[in-house]
Amino acid sequence: MIEVAAIPQASLKTRDLNAYYGDHRAIADVTLGFQPLSVTALIGPSGCGKTTLLRTLNRIHEIIPNARVTGEVILDGENVYDPAVDPIALRRRIGMVFQRPNPFPTLSIEDNVAAGLNLRLRRTQRQEIVERALRDVGLWDEIKDRLRASPHTLSGGQAQRLCIARALAVEPEVLLMDEPTSALDPISAANVEELVGRLASRYTIVVVTHNMQQAARVSRATAFMLADESGSGRVVEYGETSQIFFHPRERRTEDYISGRFG
Amino acid sequence: MSVRRLRAQTSSRVIDRVFIAVLLAAAIVFLAIIGGLAYSLVAGSSLSLRTFGAAFLWTSQWNPVTNQFGALPLIYGTIVSSLIAILLSGLFGVFAAVFLADFAPRPIARPLSFMIELLAAVPSVVFGLWGLFVLAPAMRNAIDPFLQKTLGFLPIFSGPSYGVGLLTAGVILALMIIPTVTALSRDVIATIPIDQREASMSLGATRWETMTKVVLPAARAGIFGAIILALGRALGETIATTMVIGNRPEISASLFAPSYTLASVIANEFTEATTDIYRNSLIELGLLLFIVSVMVNGAARLLIWSVFRRSVSAR
Amino acid sequence: MKNYPMRRFTGAAGILWSFLCAFVAAASLLLILGYIVFNGASAINWEFITQLPHPVGVEGGGVANGIIGSVITVGIATLIATPIGVLTGLYLALFARGGFAETVRFLSDVLSGIPSIAIGLFAYTVLVQPFRHFSAISASFAFAVLMLPLLVRTSEEAVRSVPRPILEGALALGLTTFRSTLLIVVPVAWPSIMTGLLLAIARVTGETAPLLFTAFGSQFWELNPTNPMAQLALQVFNYAISPYRSQNTQAWGGALLLVLAVLTLNILARLLIKSRVSVIR
Repeated sequence: MIEVAAIPQASLKTRDLNAYYGDHRAIADVTLGFQPLSVTALIGPSGCGKTTLLRTLNRIHEIIPNARVTGEVILDGENVYDPAVDPIALRRRIGMVFQRPNPFPTLSIEDNVAAGLNLRLRRTQRQEIVERALRDVGLWDEIKDRLRASPHTLSGGQAQRLCIARALAVEPEVLLMDEPTSALDPISAANVEELVGRLASRYTIVVVTHNMQQAARVSRATAFMLADESGSGRVVEYGETSQIFFHPRERRTEDYISGRFG
Repeated sequence: MSVRRLRAQTSSRVIDRVFIAVLLAAAIVFLAIIGGLAYSLVAGSSLSLRTFGAAFLWTSQWNPVTNQFGALPLIYGTIVSSLIAILLSGLFGVFAAVFLADFAPRPIARPLSFMIELLAAVPSVVFGLWGLFVLAPAMRNAIDPFLQKTLGFLPIFSGPSYGVGLLTAGVILALMIIPTVTALSRDVIATIPIDQREASMSLGATRWETMTKVVLPAARAGIFGAIILALGRALGETIATTMVIGNRPEISASLFAPSYTLASVIANEFTEATTDIYRNSLIELGLLLFIVSVMVNGAARLLIWSVFRRSVSAR
Repeated sequence: MKNYPMRRFTGAAGILWSFLCAFVAAASLLLILGYIVFNGASAINWEFITQLPHPVGVEGGGVANGIIGSVITVGIATLIATPIGVLTGLYLALFARGGFAETVRFLSDVLSGIPSIAIGLFAYTVLVQPFRHFSAISASFAFAVLMLPLLVRTSEEAVRSVPRPILEGALALGLTTFRSTLLIVVPVAWPSIMTGLLLAIARVTGETAPLLFTAFGSQFWELNPTNPMAQLALQVFNYAISPYRSQNTQAWGGALLLVLAVLTLNILARLLIKSRVSVIR
């Protein structure tokens, strides 16, 4: 079991985090530390709150009316839920990639990648950043001669890598990924997975996945979540991925891993 | 990686603040316009409101020469022509909606709906023109005599027909509001959950019986609301009415007789209104129309909304 | 089951009656359009659309000043109504919560039901009476008020119907609301907003009642919006009730022009809706 306090300079952690949609408590008492510069996987059956937890980290769950949070999410020592914090500034440090690729349909590929960039950059600087981001995700060679094309022309896997490039262009510290490969074909999924592995050396990455094999392949630490009797998601066990998968401490974890439910 | 603080950069905060302020300003301008509308009607009719008071509503004199103004004949003409309109459009429109919602095969429903919706786009003055030169002669030459021959014992179908009059105005209005009745009723009927239909059919009812005994009663409030909304349109309709109603401020029992509506008299006489009291009285008619349409619209939307809400919660 | 054949018959009769009702309603459009085209086509010629009206009783002449006047009036109305309407719609979709938003929406619905003649009176008291002068711009004001509820409602719906994933993507990128609205949300919603605008323009094209005491009409060329100006719808109205047969014929011609304009706008709006569906997958 990973002790949160023992994680060296944990850049991102939660403390007693609860998230509510109206009266329903979606996640309860979550205290986790995400190891920097590595991939942490969140696994669990549907409804266990893993996506909700992810969305509280960059405060994007707030767009749902009646959503609220108690507890803390701490980034580099600052609680992101402090009233003085600007969520917009927060989201430039914590980026997000969604389950279904969502390139902006009215912008070109190039403009998609540059969408988050400061407007005051010079043209050449912009182009440099776009190229670097597209190279990082392995898309540059494939689309360097159609940067002005519409993102419709991209395949699913390419579109998802475009979204990752878009998130990376802003130079975040943390990257949140909500089932990034579940809408992709197996080859594209493998590409993206491999990309995530490469990115881990530069970013702190949290991946929600329902694919246990993927979690085992890609992550260094894994948190297993389950909804309790009142429907609130809780972290059942959190540890090194190899420990979770081969020597789970909790019975419930073992049941899930071995496929006895969910 | 540079350390960036989580406090906002002032520039982005400012931009968003200004942005919200601009949008809010637009909304406030919008509200101010509506408020200004109400105020201008009240202020513009203050003289006649003070002079005639409530008696304005039941005085039957509309005499610009003696400066005596009473709205009764106009209220009569407005109500009767609108009643005819909603009777006719309700009868045809609701059943048209029934057909389009549940019985029409797709390739027929789409073009029919489309054509009925286009009917709503035809300008009022075009309806009036057609009414004046096509409908009015038809009424005078064929339909009114027929009604007189068969139902002439009724006072509403007595007396000579000039083609222009209450009945013709009612028919034109019916044509103009039938798209409203049909489209809204069709939407309301479509909202009734399909399981109610299925339950009825599984008990052995025919499709028609399901419609008349199950679906229509469930949609009743909404259909009623659609008709009231259409009524609101009919009450305020000006140009088409004024072209076919005869423009005579008199109350008569016969539907063939010429009449006058609140909106028509404003249209015909406003530019001739030389005295303040004359103009105020006309604006007071406008105020009347405003109040009535607000009440009618409010009631209609409440009714329609109640059906949508009930269907949603029933799911 | 009792009396099944009778019930079958009633059912069939009912469905037939319903079909007839729908048919009559749809056919009346064709009936009206038919007369307009039949009577109006003969009136439309080059002179009709390029000449000024001739003095009463004299044959010939045209409605050119009315056509230009209507275009100018509707154009100015669009300029007035579009910013207010679209921005209000944006506000309702993006920022407004609870009571204030509900009030604005309710009042917008109320405004859409108010007779156009009452709105004409409003324009008169605000822009004609104080200056003792009829003007096209007072008519534009009345038209703008008529267009506003449509613009507010369709703009709000257009923004609300931007797919969630796109909104979330922009949000997660840390863009300011201003930038994400302008760069991403509005372009995606644009076809729907344009549709609303086309329908709003169609709504006031052919609207006559407010014109009677705002633009008032004119026999001459007029390009200055602070003066009374000819309007096609007014010309149709006046020619229709005129005792002169030649003017009646011109009324049909003008009506045909109005109907063509309105139908074109409606069809364009529908085409836009269809094209939007294919842009957002």
